[in-house]
Amino acid sequence: MSTTENQDNEKKTTSESSGQNISKGRRDALKTLATLPVLGAMAYGVYKKTQKEHTNRQVADMFHFQENPAPAPVSDGKIIRIGIIGVGSRGISLMQAIGFATPEKVEELKKELRKNSKDTRYKDFMEQEDLQIKITAVCDIFDVHAQNAILAGANIHREALNGRFGEMPKRYNTYKELLAAPDVDAVIIATPDHWHGTMTMDAIKAGKHVYVEKPMTWTVPETYALREVLRNSKLAFQLGHQNRQIETYKRGKEIVEKGLLGSVTLIETSTNRNDPNGAWVYPIHPDANPRTIDWKQFEGDPDRVKEYMDYMTSNGLAKYIGPDSRDKFSLERFFRWRCWWDYSTGLSGDLLTHEFDAINQIMNLGIPDAATSSGGVYFFKDGRTVPDVLQTTFEYKKRKLALLYSATLANQFNRPRKFMGHDATMEIGNSITVTVDPQSVQYKDQIEKGLIKPGKPFYNYTPGQKDVDAVSSATQLYFAERGLLYSYVNGKRYNTTFLHLKEWIDCIRTGKKTSCGIEEGFHEAITSHMGTRAYLEGRTMYWDADKEEITRG
Amino acid sequence: MIEKRSFSKIQLFCLIALRVVIGWYFLYEGLSKFFTPGWTSYGYLMDSQGLFAGLFKSMGQNQALMPFIDAVNIYGLILIGLFLILGLFEKLGYIGAIALLTLYYLSHPASLNATYLLPPEGSYLWINKNIVMLCSVFVLMAFPTAKRIGFDRIIFKNKKA
Repeated sequence: MSTTENQDNEKKTTSESSGQNISKGRRDALKTLATLPVLGAMAYGVYKKTQKEHTNRQVADMFHFQENPAPAPVSDGKIIRIGIIGVGSRGISLMQAIGFATPEKVEELKKELRKNSKDTRYKDFMEQEDLQIKITAVCDIFDVHAQNAILAGANIHREALNGRFGEMPKRYNTYKELLAAPDVDAVIIATPDHWHGTMTMDAIKAGKHVYVEKPMTWTVPETYALREVLRNSKLAFQLGHQNRQIETYKRGKEIVEKGLLGSVTLIETSTNRNDPNGAWVYPIHPDANPRTIDWKQFEGDPDRVKEYMDYMTSNGLAKYIGPDSRDKFSLERFFRWRCWWDYSTGLSGDLLTHEFDAINQIMNLGIPDAATSSGGVYFFKDGRTVPDVLQTTFEYKKRKLALLYSATLANQFNRPRKFMGHDATMEIGNSITVTVDPQSVQYKDQIEKGLIKPGKPFYNYTPGQKDVDAVSSATQLYFAERGLLYSYVNGKRYNTTFLHLKEWIDCIRTGKKTSCGIEEGFHEAITSHMGTRAYLEGRTMYWDADKEEITRG
Repeated sequence: MIEKRSFSKIQLFCLIALRVVIGWYFLYEGLSKFFTPGWTSYGYLMDSQGLFAGLFKSMGQNQALMPFIDAVNIYGLILIGLFLILGLFEKLGYIGAIALLTLYYLSHPASLNATYLLPPEGSYLWINKNIVMLCSVFVLMAFPTAKRIGFDRIIFKNKKA
């Protein structure tokens, strides 16, 4: 131990001279500060690194956008009185979205919360904004549904079983009686497809504001008639594409409009489901029978049925009618009506419409120039006439792009919605990922400088969160790509159906335009009808924009 | 309270080098999080596995707690880094380092069947680099050096008489 460290037990007793004190002081200072230069090295390294990241960030800056504020409550002190027509599963969930759930449902949410403390649905429901509305009327042709809706409508305190009720809404046996009620300002329509157009027109004519589920119409002729009625009305009309409220679509629109993808020539979108519910094989209620269901009303409006039959018979499509006769009572057809053209618009009306409306709001596409379809009933052997596999392509000649829709009800592998541009591809759903194309012209310089890695996700956005770009941190990006990042952290999450209904109710108060009004609805309806007709007739359908009519190839 | 223990020069040099590089590691981890806009430990917590995964995940889902957890991570790492490099409040630095490293290991243990979203850069069985670093910090705590080389030298000087 010859080098034993003795310096610290210095010979302070022996050396009292000032010179020695200075040298000892100096030594002390040196030993105290010996590692300080390390911080200098760190500061230099961090400075250099942030400088480099700053350059990278300038590349990413073009992907920076304004955050949209959360919707503010609108109130004019008036209570809007609402009637609900059609209160099956969708109608009931629309009621719940605006704050009226059955006591059973509230009980179920509470139970889920007890089972899993992370389940926030009960809390979200209880804390949801009071929209200053009252359910005064319900109409359904199945007694059990109507009874449920009355209880939901009266459950104004959002209580579970054995709770206090408010005033019970009145049940009407026909929608026309409901529309004649003076204590109804606005109606929500959630009936099967074959009633949407007729009920909307009658409601507007009766002076009621309308929220109607998608698709907007069942036949082509009623689409024009409905547009005529709505164009001459100042009442608030909202088509139930709640995806209008999805934050990412607004961001996606900005990305497209800023030209960050380059020219988009192909959009791919799909539906992938693989469960009975997703394939419209809904449960049949045990209390359903000819005494509890008013079958006559289910058959449909005679004018609509005539339009449908005329189209089918005059185009050699009789094989798609029925097969049961329309007046024959059938529980399958009542509960699983989406499986038959007699009431349904098939994949086109039920699911393509959502996809189309999403893309239409991002790209402002409007009605396509041409549509082709193919598919068939390949999986479900339950007597259905509407296909369970469908491919539809829409051509937009003037926009120089094609939209490809592909659907299956027998596989749920995720196929993301893709906007494919010359410079980059945008995948958009609940989050957005932009990947730069290796052959991009717009980003050529940045690719060459190594600032953008082509083929790797470059920009990722998940709503309610601060921007995450590829340069911030590898770990962050890794989590973001897998959708794990921030999902619950920043920003409150909203139910899109609530937002869509709230927007409609706000528009009733303010007179403003809804985001999915008649023009957007007309695009949606005609586009989906073109796809349906192309499938049924097995040939290309064209849109004559001047005459505003569907023509054949 | 100067330690009675005496080290050879090479021993002292090695211990201080270890203290400084571990400090460097902590400091830069903290700074890089500090400079990343919107950084959060949410993803890391949600990717937790093992015995305590439920606890860490519930921390991640707690909106009220997250800003606090993120701040503790960022500023904890920075402070620990500074303490170790400068030899300032050495013991406190080691205790902080041990606490954080233990939490990191418990949330991401190198157990037999654990697979993480972000794969580790090496192959580990039970022992991973966090455990190695944890042991190193224990060694440093057993052989403190800051009163020789570091700010603790002057801070604790007055008390030694």
